[in-house]
Amino acid sequence: MLKVEHLTKMFGGLAAVNDVSVDFGANQVNAIIGPNGAGKSTFFNLISGMYQPTSGRILLDDKDVTSMRCDDVARLGVGRTFQTTNLFETATVLDNLIVGYRLRTRSGLWDVLINSKRLQAEEKAAREKAREALDFVGLNHAENRYIADCTQEERKRVAFALALATDPKIVLLDEPAAGVNPEETEGLADLMRKMVKHGLTVCLIEHKMDMIMGIADKIMVLDHGEKIAEGTPQEVKNNPLVIEAYLGSDHDAAA
Amino acid sequence: MHPASKYVLLAVALLFPALASNEYQVYVMATAFVWAIAVYGFNVITGFCGQLNLAHGGFFAIGAYTVGLLTSDAGWNFWPAFIAALFMTAILGFLVGAVSLRLKEHYFAIFTLCVGFIIYLLLDKWEELTHGAVGVRNIAAPDGFGLVNFRETMPVYYLVLFFLVFIIWFTGRIQKSLVGRTFIAIRNGDELAESLGINLMKTKILAFVISTTYAGLAGALYAGMIRFVGPEDGNILLTFNMIMYMLVGGIGTLFGPLIGTVGIVWLTQSLQFLEEYRMIIFGPLLVLLVIFFPLGVCGSFLTWMHRKAQALGLGPKKAKSESKVTTSDQEAKNNA
Repeated sequence: MLKVEHLTKMFGGLAAVNDVSVDFGANQVNAIIGPNGAGKSTFFNLISGMYQPTSGRILLDDKDVTSMRCDDVARLGVGRTFQTTNLFETATVLDNLIVGYRLRTRSGLWDVLINSKRLQAEEKAAREKAREALDFVGLNHAENRYIADCTQEERKRVAFALALATDPKIVLLDEPAAGVNPEETEGLADLMRKMVKHGLTVCLIEHKMDMIMGIADKIMVLDHGEKIAEGTPQEVKNNPLVIEAYLGSDHDAAA
Repeated sequence: MHPASKYVLLAVALLFPALASNEYQVYVMATAFVWAIAVYGFNVITGFCGQLNLAHGGFFAIGAYTVGLLTSDAGWNFWPAFIAALFMTAILGFLVGAVSLRLKEHYFAIFTLCVGFIIYLLLDKWEELTHGAVGVRNIAAPDGFGLVNFRETMPVYYLVLFFLVFIIWFTGRIQKSLVGRTFIAIRNGDELAESLGINLMKTKILAFVISTTYAGLAGALYAGMIRFVGPEDGNILLTFNMIMYMLVGGIGTLFGPLIGTVGIVWLTQSLQFLEEYRMIIFGPLLVLLVIFFPLGVCGSFLTWMHRKAQALGLGPKKAKSESKVTTSDQEAKNNA
């Protein structure tokens, strides 16, 4: 599904992502973990086309997307959420979601002026897609609520819905469970399982280990921009390099 | 806002000359409408798309000067010059936008502030073309038809009103459409918009060109109405006035620019007797407004209406009131 080969991103002399190769399988939950500053978000930014890599290749379904712009990558089916999602606070949930389907539509200013058939059809499709996404994340009761009146967890779900409204094949979720309580975290994990069940591929960055160990099919561990481990949750949990990266080695403790 | 309130507003605007106690008031109102058209443009680029373009007043002046120079120096009729002004501001808007929109946020604002000042300097110093500080005189009035003579105040009032109504209608259409939603997505954040598959540069340039064309339209009408333009019409302060109109009315709302512009213009008129001291009243008023009503008159009102409708929907008779809420939401949205 998503294949990354020797991916490197340099910021000046600093390698934020250093020679990372990984193959994320389709229709499963792939997690990326690592200490703060390990290069996880940079890795996402490279895949989604927001940053151009210094070297290496990114293949999406065997198609080379390495040097594509962010909006073109999105059109190929890469949806994404951010650590904080800035939405239009004084607009309703539904109004915020309609634009998600914009990338599949073609209407321009001229269509607006003459209120063309195409525009009407596309707006209807966008509205339906938004409702569908809202239904998927279980928020259809909040359709008319202002974003400003939504809880943190509801906002997270709206952010998911916005990514889903773009009709993606793969979704990149950047710390989806940050700032929500354990019960809500479980709800979001269920939502990710539901996405996979519906044929999506999920990639997520997360710090909540309980959640990761419970839902991930595959975990990649980054530290200082390098991949130090990869495998099932069981394999990663017992990997000495991972334990060292998170807890520090005996040597560090002594120093 | 009830949909009927739009028609009430329109009826008041149509009847205003009959209600006004003298011609001067009609003239002031027509001037306010011209500014409102320019503020609608400002609202497209800054309110919808989130890019603070401080050269906006400069494009107003370019529209005014295009009509001024083409009619007085080149001897054109008003309407061809008017069309030329629209093209001029659209093309210059495209060129300036293509360069300045490569910058983001504050850098964009600072860059466009400089562009605005350069426009002002060109108007003031390029005497061979612009007549410098003397300004352009003998600008043609819009050509009338039949008994309608646009040298008189009443016909000009209705002419300006016609364009204002068209601009509000068109802006409303943009706002509700996928195109407007694309602008608003960019206001929410470049990164998010980009990850939704929106081509940032193309969309921002479109919003920029729409806004400068509105400014050009307003400037062209202004030139035909006042029939004199000078470099002070390109003064950067006018841009800041427009920001004030937009903030007071409600940034990003459909009726905010109209309410803000007409409201402040009349407030200014009624405080004439204070002369330059009126800023002592204006300043604190604006500060209070930004602190307590950051959404402006229109935005605060719509939010209040929406919350009220939502609260009703949470009442005991849920199933029944819910359908009611959706319709009133629809109305609020139509008016927003």
